[in-house]
Amino acid sequence: MEQFFTQLTNGLAVGGIYALIALGYTMVYGVLKLINFAHGDLFTIGAYLGLTLLTSLALTDHIGGLAGVLLLAVMAMGLVGIIGILLDRAAYKPLRTSPRLSAVVSALGASIVLSNTVMLVYGPSTRVYPQGLLPSQVFYIFGLPVPVMRFVILAASIVLMIGLYVFIQRTKIGTAIRAAAIDQDAARLMGINVDRVIMLVFFIGPALGGAAGVMVGLYYGQITFTMGWTYGLKAFTAAILGGIGNIPGAMVGGLLLGVIEALGATYISMAWKDAIAFFVLILILIVRPTGLLGERVAEKI
Amino acid sequence: MLEVKNLHVSYGNVQVLHGIELSVDQGEIVTLLGANGAGKSTTLNTICGLVRPTDGEIRFDGEAIHKLPAFKIVSRKITQAPEGRRIFGTLTVQENLDLGAFTSRNQHRVKKSLEWILELFPRLAERRDQLAGTLSGGEQQMLAIGRALMSNPRLLLLDEPSLGLAPVLVRQIFKTIRQINEAGVTVVLVEQNARVALKLANRGYVMEVGHIVMADSAPALLENPDVVQAYLGAGDL
Repeated sequence: MEQFFTQLTNGLAVGGIYALIALGYTMVYGVLKLINFAHGDLFTIGAYLGLTLLTSLALTDHIGGLAGVLLLAVMAMGLVGIIGILLDRAAYKPLRTSPRLSAVVSALGASIVLSNTVMLVYGPSTRVYPQGLLPSQVFYIFGLPVPVMRFVILAASIVLMIGLYVFIQRTKIGTAIRAAAIDQDAARLMGINVDRVIMLVFFIGPALGGAAGVMVGLYYGQITFTMGWTYGLKAFTAAILGGIGNIPGAMVGGLLLGVIEALGATYISMAWKDAIAFFVLILILIVRPTGLLGERVAEKI
Repeated sequence: MLEVKNLHVSYGNVQVLHGIELSVDQGEIVTLLGANGAGKSTTLNTICGLVRPTDGEIRFDGEAIHKLPAFKIVSRKITQAPEGRRIFGTLTVQENLDLGAFTSRNQHRVKKSLEWILELFPRLAERRDQLAGTLSGGEQQMLAIGRALMSNPRLLLLDEPSLGLAPVLVRQIFKTIRQINEAGVTVVLVEQNARVALKLANRGYVMEVGHIVMADSAPALLENPDVVQAYLGAGDL
């Protein structure tokens, strides 16, 4: 029972991270019908920028652990968001009217460029996040232990997701984003600047991915320049699981995938952890290709 | 009010408009008639900025608008209810209407527009919280027109509002178009249903493969033997 509970909370924490990354895939797909394969690398950049800010600014020394970490996470999000906009400008915007396959190839190229840039700047070896920034205590729910860190990670991702959901559902700009995702020309006829909407989506998605990068650094303590590939694929799976293009779907898909993976690794085999995640992807594509919450059939790539 | 001069439009290598000339005066209802592929929708989409002309110009109140992006045309008080309605199906009726007022800053004005639109189309009032995609075809057309009216336009472009609707609904929609026009909105109407359109309009243009081949007052076009033979036929509505 204790093991189950431990893995459940662990799965939820990792799932929250998957969900945040998945939101970036799903939002870009929603508006542009493009899978941004470089998104995983933006997540990696978030983790590295978080590390740089953490070590160089020493914010946590001045304003305390939790506040410092929060502030620097926000800064990393902003920076990754800006990189996201630049990525769109450089790799996707020139191809907006080209066949979709061109943009996909460009995305794969951008992914290689970004991950190699990270390697050149930070070096190919694993980097370690400073420890002890967040409280390492354990608290108990019904007598079962939950590390505070795990709780903080899950809470942070849920707060970000709720914030995004409210923004998309309740604000005028959010409604404009949804309209542009449905029909770009009709959105233009409403007076919506669709280019601006795309820019915003390329800010928000990568910013959330960047936050996830910082969380992984804090949670696992170490980061590598190739980690965007695995996390990207997992989050992509989560986005498909929930229904690509569907924002609540990405949230549900991420959390679910995290839990399935954690429980599968415990009760089936640790070595099969990744295989279990991708088995879920294959299963969902066969049984329900629109995803759990998706109404639209995902078109090719 | 609206002047279209020597308008040329191409999609890739295919030229679809070959020097369109038309004008619309304040308060009029002007209809564009023609077969499928004559370039009627392209003309409207070029006025709205969705399509860029290769040559020629479009002036609205003297201002050249053919170089403006589509989203800026709306604030010049020109809106379109496009062909096929193009409503946002997974948003609610209310959200669709709100988007129609996306560029409007004056909340008081928006509220008045909304009240007027719900008066014109009481069915929309009943279905405000419903997803737009669940509306019937006629209701979706009402929503498309209502949405286009939310920003309080001076010029309303309607592309095939009768498409796929039962005759009783067509009559209702056309009655409403007259009401909208009487409230001071100038209307450009593209229609397949030429007889109904000409009965409603003040003037009409007939288009054939990217050219305007006839321009006259609506009553004159209704009696023109060429128009009767090509577009009116017998036993129409």
